[in-house]
Amino acid sequence: MDFQLTEDQRDLQQGVRELLAGRFDREALRDLADGPEGPVLDRELWRELGAAGFFALRLPESEGGVGLGLPEAVLAFEEAGRALLPGPLVATHLAAGAVEGAATGDTVVTAVDSSGLVPWLDAADVVRGDAAGAVPVRSADPLTPLHRAPARPPAAQDPVAVLLTAAEQLGSAARSCETAVTYARERSQFGQPIGAFQAVKHLCAQMLVRTELARAAVYAAAVTADPAEIRAAGLLADEAAVRGARDCLQVYGGMGFTWEADVHLHLKRAWLRSELGPSAGAVEEEWAAAL
Amino acid sequence: MDLTYTEEEEEFRAGLRAWLADVLPQLPPRPDPTDWPGRRAYDLGWQRRLYDAGYAGLHWPVDAGGRGATPTQHLIYLEETERAGAPYVGANFVGLLHAGPTIAAEGTAEQRARWLPPILRGDEAWCQGFSEPDAGSDLAALRTRAVRDGDHYVVTGSKIWTSHAEVADWCELLVRTTPVSEDVPKHRGISWLALPMDAPGVTVRPLRTLAGSTEFAEMFLDEVRVPVGNRVGDENDGWRVTMVTLSFERGTAFVGEVVACRRTLGALAAEARKNGRWDDPVLRRRLGRLNVEFNALWRLTQWNVSEAQRTGGVPGTGGSVFKLRYSHARQELYDTAAEVLGAGALDLDHEWVLDRLSSLSYTIAAGTSQIQQNIVAERILGLPKGR
Ligand SMILES: Cc1cc2nc3c(=O)[nH]c(=O)nc-3n(C[C@H](O)[C@H](O)[C@H](O)COP(=O)(O)OP(=O)(O)OC[C@H]3O[C@@H](n4cnc5c(N)ncnc54)[C@H](O)[C@@H]3O)c2cc1C
Repeated sequence: MDFQLTEDQRDLQQGVRELLAGRFDREALRDLADGPEGPVLDRELWRELGAAGFFALRLPESEGGVGLGLPEAVLAFEEAGRALLPGPLVATHLAAGAVEGAATGDTVVTAVDSSGLVPWLDAADVVRGDAAGAVPVRSADPLTPLHRAPARPPAAQDPVAVLLTAAEQLGSAARSCETAVTYARERSQFGQPIGAFQAVKHLCAQMLVRTELARAAVYAAAVTADPAEIRAAGLLADEAAVRGARDCLQVYGGMGFTWEADVHLHLKRAWLRSELGPSAGAVEEEWAAAL
Repeated sequence: MDLTYTEEEEEFRAGLRAWLADVLPQLPPRPDPTDWPGRRAYDLGWQRRLYDAGYAGLHWPVDAGGRGATPTQHLIYLEETERAGAPYVGANFVGLLHAGPTIAAEGTAEQRARWLPPILRGDEAWCQGFSEPDAGSDLAALRTRAVRDGDHYVVTGSKIWTSHAEVADWCELLVRTTPVSEDVPKHRGISWLALPMDAPGVTVRPLRTLAGSTEFAEMFLDEVRVPVGNRVGDENDGWRVTMVTLSFERGTAFVGEVVACRRTLGALAAEARKNGRWDDPVLRRRLGRLNVEFNALWRLTQWNVSEAQRTGGVPGTGGSVFKLRYSHARQELYDTAAEVLGAGALDLDHEWVLDRLSSLSYTIAAGTSQIQQNIVAERILGLPKGR
């Protein structure tokens, strides 16, 4: 047993982080959030992601892919979650090999979630699932345009989609924890950094605890590829991301309630990702039945 | 990232399983929890069997008489012994997990030869005399004094919450050898001594826990003479010596308990199905949630153990993170057990009710949750110390 990242996996993690830092930095994020016309899908970035193998990561090399597995995909999506990278990343990744141009990032693919939500419908070239009758929603997440299709009988969700979404949640949770800690070191009140107050310290400590538990669960699910374990990991990752962003907001004080701070962007995306995929209740029932 | 066990690890597991299947039916009946001499004999007897079979001190270094097993083998050992329902480490806890490893790391050749073999063979039991009435979380504030008199220390003071003190032969004792002053901060001036529990001047007074049992005790030391040769490490260097002990944990501290919790969870579900409470969706979801939680805690254990394995046995920072979540989950488990039991939750004859009571100590013993959160915030996240 060696349940730690291999050197290659570390390199991949670092590589994706650097690519995103160079190509989708804070300024790019804020331009999208603050732009007058709402979020626009950056097609050029999409093709660059394609060229870097983001979408073709798990395609066999014989089919022009990178030939890597779920653990590597999870690491890449974790980085996307950290950077709050917008777009229907999971749907396009899943379409690689099945939809012409998805692997290279030339075709943008979205999917209808079992909840009826369809992200990025207008920007996508291809929609998987039945989006008939979908109406636009004034999206709570400023970086994700949404449509809503009429409710349909719940369909089985692709476990890989659930896993990659969980990986994004994990990245977001880790980022919120780091953001809170950085702010807690810099902001002073009562003559000392607020991070010296235990009430603040303990919020941050619990953010880390939730993140690390979710990390072990998500990584293990990537290794076993067991659908039940994937859904359980999703539950913990949702919690780590949503509560992490909430606690980060608290640490930020009034600044946390502003549009200007990035905290709300993480929170709103975490809310959206939690809504995609199976509900907490369904996962808990599944794991109760397994007892 | 690899969760499969190597051939060698699987062989180790198979050998252990076969041995457990053979030896467990031969064990005498478990003693009554209030029968301390009986418990001591039972726990040491189990240790002797481990010793004879070559499993004693599995995780100890070879030159200390151990087997130098990898953290993963230790994980397998703890997992399999718990699965098979083998006895707990019990009265051997401090000897095997604290005092022994400290002596192995910091003791002289003579000290190692004197104290380590009897621990491994199950001849001698140890207890831990660290906490004092006025030094709990702030352990370095301890005041028990040791004054040099020739080749002895004369020790006076009191200790509290000393688990298994009644049946221990030895106590790993922290004492103050140099008083705190402007030049000597509280962490300096502490020394680590091996105290024979039968020395004149040692009085043990059992304390009754909220579970009604006497798991721990007060210990009064009245001018107890301890040979200077019983000091492990340099004089005034006891704080560092103690931290070496604590760092022996290697992520395996709660392996057996997590396995046990998962088994209890299965039993809770079976009981709920039988008594009809299973029909309550709120309870069902709570049980499902705990199943998710303990599965993740198991994965986190594997993660931490793998990390320790990579760093050559030095534990990562995962210990406090794990303990925070695990101690909370364990309390949650037994609160849920009470829900399953309904009115039965007030019946002390049910083992879950006693386990519920003992679970209450998990967020206190070995560093309270507040202290663990301080550690995570300051040492892992790098937040500043408060004033
Ligand atoms: C079952 C059990 C077995 C034990 N066995 C042993 C043993 O064998 N040997 C031994 O030496 N000790 C043993 N202990 C003692 C144990 O280590 C201490 O109880 C523990 O360290 C807490 O110390 P305290 O009880 O003095 O509580 P205190 O330190 O007085 O703490 C009281 C409360 O104040 C909080 N607090 C204290 N300081 C801070 C701070 N800086 N920031 C925030 N909150 C703070 C604590 O979190 C706690 O909630 C045992 C305890 C138990 C419960």
